[in-house]
Amino acid sequence: MRKSHRSRVRAVSLLAVATASALVLAGCGGSSDNNSSAGAGTGPCGTTAKTTVTVGLFGTFGFKENGLWDAYHKRCPNITVKQDVVEQSADYWTRLKTRLASGSGLDDVQAIEVGFVADVVQNHADQFVNWNKVPKASSIKASFYPWKWQLASTTDGAKTVGLGTDTGPEAICYRSDLLKKAGLSSDPADLAKQWTTWDDFIAFGKKYEASTSKQAKSHFIDSAASVFSTAVYQGNHAYDDDSGKAAVADSDGVKTAWGFATQAAADKITAGLEQFSPNWNKAFSNGAFAALACPTWMMGYIQGQAGDAGKGKWNIAPVLPGGATNWGGSYLGVPDKAKNKAAAIALVEWLSDKDQQVTMWTSPAQGGHFPSNSDAAADPSVANAVSAYFSNAPVGKIFGGIAAKTKIPPIGLYDTQIQQALTTQLTNVETKGTSPAKAFEDALKAIKQVTG
Amino acid sequence: MSVATSAPATTVTPPIRRRRLRKPGSRVGYAFILPFFAVFGAFAVYPWLDTAWISLHDTRLSTYNHSNWVGLANYTDLFTNSFFWHAFANTLTIGIIATVPQLCMALGIAHLLNYKVRGRTFFRVAMLMPYATSLAAATVIFLELFDKNLGLVNWGLHLVHLPELDWQGSKWPAQIAVSAIVTWRWTGYNALIYLAGMQAIDYSLYEAAVVDGASRWAQFRHVTLPGLRPTILFTIVVSTIGAAQLFGEPLLYHNGKADGGTQGQYQTLGLLMYQQGWVNDRLGLASATAWTMFVIIVVAVLVNVGLTRRRDRKAAAPVKVGASA
Repeated sequence: MRKSHRSRVRAVSLLAVATASALVLAGCGGSSDNNSSAGAGTGPCGTTAKTTVTVGLFGTFGFKENGLWDAYHKRCPNITVKQDVVEQSADYWTRLKTRLASGSGLDDVQAIEVGFVADVVQNHADQFVNWNKVPKASSIKASFYPWKWQLASTTDGAKTVGLGTDTGPEAICYRSDLLKKAGLSSDPADLAKQWTTWDDFIAFGKKYEASTSKQAKSHFIDSAASVFSTAVYQGNHAYDDDSGKAAVADSDGVKTAWGFATQAAADKITAGLEQFSPNWNKAFSNGAFAALACPTWMMGYIQGQAGDAGKGKWNIAPVLPGGATNWGGSYLGVPDKAKNKAAAIALVEWLSDKDQQVTMWTSPAQGGHFPSNSDAAADPSVANAVSAYFSNAPVGKIFGGIAAKTKIPPIGLYDTQIQQALTTQLTNVETKGTSPAKAFEDALKAIKQVTG
Repeated sequence: MSVATSAPATTVTPPIRRRRLRKPGSRVGYAFILPFFAVFGAFAVYPWLDTAWISLHDTRLSTYNHSNWVGLANYTDLFTNSFFWHAFANTLTIGIIATVPQLCMALGIAHLLNYKVRGRTFFRVAMLMPYATSLAAATVIFLELFDKNLGLVNWGLHLVHLPELDWQGSKWPAQIAVSAIVTWRWTGYNALIYLAGMQAIDYSLYEAAVVDGASRWAQFRHVTLPGLRPTILFTIVVSTIGAAQLFGEPLLYHNGKADGGTQGQYQTLGLLMYQQGWVNDRLGLASATAWTMFVIIVVAVLVNVGLTRRRDRKAAAPVKVGASA
């Protein structure tokens, strides 16, 4: 009786110890499998073995939506693509950084947004496949817009961490019904003539605000940030000096863009909405503003927010006040430690090919993914694309023309946070009556918190 | 009877008995608590120490594997940093606006529900509903209520001819709105804890008070409150810790941005730490903030406990006099 009790006690305590050590081991264990399949590529699919290639993405890249994964599976039946999607790009970037720091858990392909590509180039270039060293490097390089290629490369051009997916050439999207209601022209060609400079654009906005027939409580543009984030990239420098080091106070782009944005706020032509906030989203359908700066991907965003009811009300003017520039766009990189490196390289090369980039832009489900491959951009089906939603605007010609003229200032590690700090302060200028000088000072303080 | 006779024996030889009792069970006991301490070590102690180590380095996630030793530079940066003091003040004011009315209301509600009210179970369950609601969902609803142009709150203010407020953009309205979310969520929870405490108070004390001619208010003050003192201390400590760590409500109140409003008008310490670490990618500075918050919380809890103990001691004397009289 007594003995059996004791042995039961011992058994229970052994079990408890075992559970505890199992828990600890589970925490410390993890991936012990070797990435043996990452050898040299065989064939057009990188490997002949049955392989699942994982692709880390954020938001909506449109590969799946436009049927590219299925198309690739048809081309390479042994390859299955599995997406690993994080909704917010900032969260995705944090996760990617964590995985790069620990050197584990990386997908075979990792998307890299232009907002953090400089960080990858500067701090993680050795952890990614160098696209200058792959067998087809020279022909691939020749097919991209040079500025797109350069942003993902070290300054000497020796290392390139990713191949471009889309770009974001910008024009102005507007509500023709609201402009008509305000008694103004709504013809894109006519507006293009009236909106060649930011001064003209702001003067046009004042006419809108002065109109007695305009929709009640509506304003000409969504936000001062819309003007700022566009104009800042029209300078020789945006947020960084030539070496990619943050230099906000000395930048010509920041200075002129801040001037135009605060002028727009002072003239009260902005709706004072924070971009990407719920109220901004609602404004696409309730008509709180008549125009906004519009990179190609914004076309998809507008359709998502305004829905079918907005069809035919929106149009695109073939112009960007102050000159052509780009907002956004992404890259695909292959980590050097990728489990299926050869298959991943083959997949990224295929996705960057002319044909696939053409599909991404012309397919009916497309969300405004303009090619970064200049051969694709020159393809007649891209150039001739029209958008039924945007009053049959010739979007291929409009954005193709702007993409060809685009020039890009140097980018740096903290452009995303710096832009956020400045546009947040612009909201204060618009809605809280903060003086532009005080707002700029506050923005610089917030930026100092980032740059250290 | 046997209990009474054996009692003196135990008091005479306590050390021997205790030693004898301890022997057989002790090792099994350790085995049972080991899983907890293994998990506690891995997910509490280790991160806690690692945070301290990181706070002495200039660490960014991008360059995590080659961060530089900077000594106490992150702490001096923090204490000379206007963002830190700003967040500290916000945490304090939001903490007071959110906690004080919340606990008072919870006490009142618990007192009412302690009486025999019709549908008492319904009210008790209903009270806990906000606590069971997802924070994100609740904050979205509150954002709609406090909307500057179309919100119900401003509509109500307009109805009674009061000036409409910018519940997101202006400092005090925004802090009140964030506090309202906290109050709404936690009042019922605290009320339930108070209710449980109240039901543990001996009913004969109330009967005695009634015999002495005490009114309901007098019963509440002289029987309920003293009886609840340990429970109240517990809720104050837990609420203080919660207020010091306030994070989700202000984050979601600015649509998931960690700046706490365009002018940082409701940025709390928890939010600042998150912004430093994950938005600004300065993990060293964020770790310094984390440790500073830890010290602040410990100090705040000690002050709470100290104050209550002192009041207890003061309160203890007159009660004894009253009882003997």
